[in-house]
Amino acid sequence: MYKLETRNANLFYGEKQALKDISIGIEPNTVTAFIGPSGCGKSSFLRCFNRMNDLIDNTTINGSFLLDGEDIYEREEVYDLRKKVGMVFQKPNPFPKSIFENVIYGLRINGIKDKDVLNERAELSLKNAALWDEVKDDLNKSALSLSGGQQQRVCIARTLAVAPTVVLMDEPASALDPISTAKIEDLIYELKSKFTIVIVTHNMQQAARVSDKTAFFYLGELIEYSDTKQIFTNPEKERTQNYVTGRFG
Amino acid sequence: MDKHLAISKKKDKFFRILALSLTVFALLILLVLLVDIFWRGFGRLNWGFFNNLPSRHPEKAGILTAIAGMLSLLLFTVIIALPIGILAGVYLQEYRAKNRFAKIVEINIANLAGVPSVIYGILGLQLFVRMAGMGNSLLAGAFTLALLIMPIIIVSTREALKAVPQSLREGSYGMGATKWQTTSRVVIPSALGGILTGIILSISRAIGETAPLLVIGALVYVPFIPEGPNDQFTTLPIQIFNWVSRPQAGFIVNAAAGIIILLLITFLLNGIAIYIRNKWYKKMKY
Repeated sequence: MYKLETRNANLFYGEKQALKDISIGIEPNTVTAFIGPSGCGKSSFLRCFNRMNDLIDNTTINGSFLLDGEDIYEREEVYDLRKKVGMVFQKPNPFPKSIFENVIYGLRINGIKDKDVLNERAELSLKNAALWDEVKDDLNKSALSLSGGQQQRVCIARTLAVAPTVVLMDEPASALDPISTAKIEDLIYELKSKFTIVIVTHNMQQAARVSDKTAFFYLGELIEYSDTKQIFTNPEKERTQNYVTGRFG
Repeated sequence: MDKHLAISKKKDKFFRILALSLTVFALLILLVLLVDIFWRGFGRLNWGFFNNLPSRHPEKAGILTAIAGMLSLLLFTVIIALPIGILAGVYLQEYRAKNRFAKIVEINIANLAGVPSVIYGILGLQLFVRMAGMGNSLLAGAFTLALLIMPIIIVSTREALKAVPQSLREGSYGMGATKWQTTSRVVIPSALGGILTGIILSISRAIGETAPLLVIGALVYVPFIPEGPNDQFTTLPIQIFNWVSRPQAGFIVNAAAGIIILLLITFLLNGIAIYIRNKWYKKMKY
């Protein structure tokens, strides 16, 4: 069974249709990359999976979005859903709190107070986010004092701390320098064994490096979806070919 | 083309000099006033001036009751205005539906911040002194001043919340937080510097107010320190106002000394506000 699946999904911002009839199935424990030129709807699509589009006025969604076979817009309480489907954003957005408080934010809002549990989870999450060794002595320092790349890994640790099964990443490395980017990419590869990851990226090489499957979007439509290797070496559609080779977009 | 550039440069220079001279002019006037006040009043600042009750003899008169009245008035004002003002600001910025009604409320609150303070005095006189039966008490004064500063607190709270990046809210919602969890744990703490600044500025506004208090019947001669919210009171600006209107030269000196104290208190509060703001903005470097 697919971890995430959509059937004939449409998304409207007011009158404007941002996504057209998209059907896709995402396997568990894989990395799937969404690529396409700006405004093609890939980020909007990503945000449907944890209902972040609910925060925007005048959005209409139809078709089905399934998590483990169950419709996320019908059955799930949205707060539960977002704990299962975590999200990492384009710009690192640590809260103005200590590193420790950032990482356990999700546990705090769930009312977990047990110190041992909090410490244990913070350490595990920071280790999962490959940040533990760099910050283990400064857990009480403000997360804002860290570098951009470290901040982004704090945000990843924060997302992992509530034990989601899916992690959505919206251009997680686009605001970072190449070294931090490489760290995040290594991390994504590591995380695949425990989580299902969907990543939106503008960087072709990044998509080629980290993902198992790639979906190419153009003007709100899913043009092509298959193994990453095939998309980048032998795509079926000419438009995909033109985009991945840099001839447009 | 060169000629055009030359003219542009001349204009540029002209406006720079104009702006500079106007600034210097404004500062000069302020300086003259300050020097004058200090010249007259500085010698009057001694322990007795702080510690004496009001008196018919200028050299025996002090500002003890005025300072005590002012501080208790501010305390009650803040206790009344803070919770309402901050919660209203949070509601308007984070919770309200974005419809026409909300827009009208919003514009009216911004306008309220600009209503002349004597109008609040008249409102307070009818509403608190007469209808609520508080009399010309500390409490009536506090409610009136609270009405006066509430729009300022609301507006500055909203501005502070507006400055919190949307990405922080999304980060919190993305973790499965509810609206209230997001607002109370992320948004308000991030905006606290701006909110505090607004509060302090509104307090320094309240300190200087005389007109609404005179309207609601604050006394100009109070020979005792207020002991409870139902007592009558006077404040430093009222005391100064009273002294200025006396014919004896000695009271003019007292007034000048009182103004120095009032200025110092206001400067102090504004200084604290600026300090908090700078410290907070350094911490919140987005």
